[in-house]
Amino acid sequence: MNIKELYQEIILEHGKNPRNLRKTENFNKDAKGNNPLCGDNVHIFLKLDEDKKVQDVSFEGSGCAISMASASIMTDLMKGKEEIEVKEIVNDFLCMIKENPELKSKNLEEDEKTKLMCLSGVKQYPMRVKCATLSWHTLISAIDNKPEEINTEGVD
Amino acid sequence: MSISNIKEEFPIFNNKIHNNDLVYLDSANSSQKPQSVIERVNEFYTNEFSNTGRSVHYLAVAATNLYENTRSSVQKYINAKDKNEIVFTKGATEAINLVANTYGQKFLDEGDEILITELEHHSNYVPWHFLRKSKGIKIEFAEINNDGEITVESIEKKITSKTKLIAITHLSNVTGAILPVKEITELAHSKGIAVLVDGCQGAPHLKLDMQDIDCDFYAISCHKMYGPTGLGVLYAKKKWLEELPPYQGGGGMINDVTKDSITYGDLPNKYEAGTMATAQVIAFDQSIKFLEKIGIENMIKHEKELIEYGQEILRKNNSVKLIGSPKNRAAVLSFTIEGVHPHDIATILDEDGVAIRAGHHCCQILHDKLGISASARASLGVYNTKEDLDQLNSSINNCKKIFNL
Repeated sequence: MNIKELYQEIILEHGKNPRNLRKTENFNKDAKGNNPLCGDNVHIFLKLDEDKKVQDVSFEGSGCAISMASASIMTDLMKGKEEIEVKEIVNDFLCMIKENPELKSKNLEEDEKTKLMCLSGVKQYPMRVKCATLSWHTLISAIDNKPEEINTEGVD
Repeated sequence: MSISNIKEEFPIFNNKIHNNDLVYLDSANSSQKPQSVIERVNEFYTNEFSNTGRSVHYLAVAATNLYENTRSSVQKYINAKDKNEIVFTKGATEAINLVANTYGQKFLDEGDEILITELEHHSNYVPWHFLRKSKGIKIEFAEINNDGEITVESIEKKITSKTKLIAITHLSNVTGAILPVKEITELAHSKGIAVLVDGCQGAPHLKLDMQDIDCDFYAISCHKMYGPTGLGVLYAKKKWLEELPPYQGGGGMINDVTKDSITYGDLPNKYEAGTMATAQVIAFDQSIKFLEKIGIENMIKHEKELIEYGQEILRKNNSVKLIGSPKNRAAVLSFTIEGVHPHDIATILDEDGVAIRAGHHCCQILHDKLGISASARASLGVYNTKEDLDQLNSSINNCKKIFNL
């Protein structure tokens, strides 16, 4: 695999100008995650409305292009989705990054799937999978109100 | 043995990485192994294997002699006064833990201070942190200057009447700064303070003379010294090894065992409990022979030329920022590229067969001080060449191109 398939233009662009890199005002859920191997860290802020729909989601943190782009694309597409849908999408994404050749979620539009598939190149770089999944694990941790910090050494 | 064709001694360089020649610039992490070391491990297991120090049969005696022979070689290589000042451990990490544990147990009390530096690897911080938790000792940090160096003055500034031990690296694995360990030891001893030197990076690159440095403890990582993994050396002055309690209990380290009492073995057995990394110890003798054949002075000269060349070309490369500019530098070039995270640099360089490390290199305190979360690090071994550094530079340029810099 060519390195340029990993560092596609969309990843470089999101990595350089991450969307939602800020702190949601009046967030009602949040969680921190870190990747001790790289020193990457992320803090996810989530605001769910009364119907458990994502009103806003944002993040703070620093990391490599892959982890920043992953958090950027993730936060972008989760807005407006219901909590149960968010969990389903996260699960689908993690399965895709690990082994599934494609995304199966019915809660994702085709263009959203296309965007996420740009991250599928990390499959060929096992050491970098954690960079792509850190923000996703952390988002679930925020939804579930888990008090402890997500640590990529503890998840696969 | 000539340095110009030293790569031939290392079979790993016959392999292609992503269809490219391997440019191995991760020796501070672990060095590659010469054929003689690899063969020695194989030979021992194939024809000579036995446990050491216990049985009286032919193979056991021969293996014990080989094992002890390495101890003598290490003693000679580092110019220790006594063969029994050499203790084998599972690594430099265990060597430092051994000192923290035994010295801490016997000589440290609440409020006592250990002085380390901001350059230290986690392995020369965490063992002392355990004592902070268990005994209430304090840990002080000597500060680096703008060049990423630790001076004698920066150490002196942090010494108090409570300082019991100074634990410092010989050579920083991030800035490449060589510390004035002899001068620091002299200062420490004048105040009755013991000194431990973390020699993980120093031992593979510098001339070692324990009697000249005069430190109390010196920790060595054998796998960074063209030797096998799973092996380290603790050099400790005899008076300490006699005075300190044993570290781990088990077979091989005892003298007499009854239901009521136990007496411990003589040096160095007292500190080598259980079956040791026998094959590794025996093969490590070949690592020392390898270094002696090259000649330590030749190696230092070769690596000095490389480090100067590396600094020169990376300084000329726009957007590359070298970490630290110590006057006395060896083996390590850490850097950042504005706009590219070190992990992305490492992945892109790998595509060209260039192996570097990215991250905090087990020096989070230093990276916090520098205000960065990670850096990229190219580190040298005796097998590296100017061509390797040219390839590093050209792969960095490729990386900049991918990131549109």
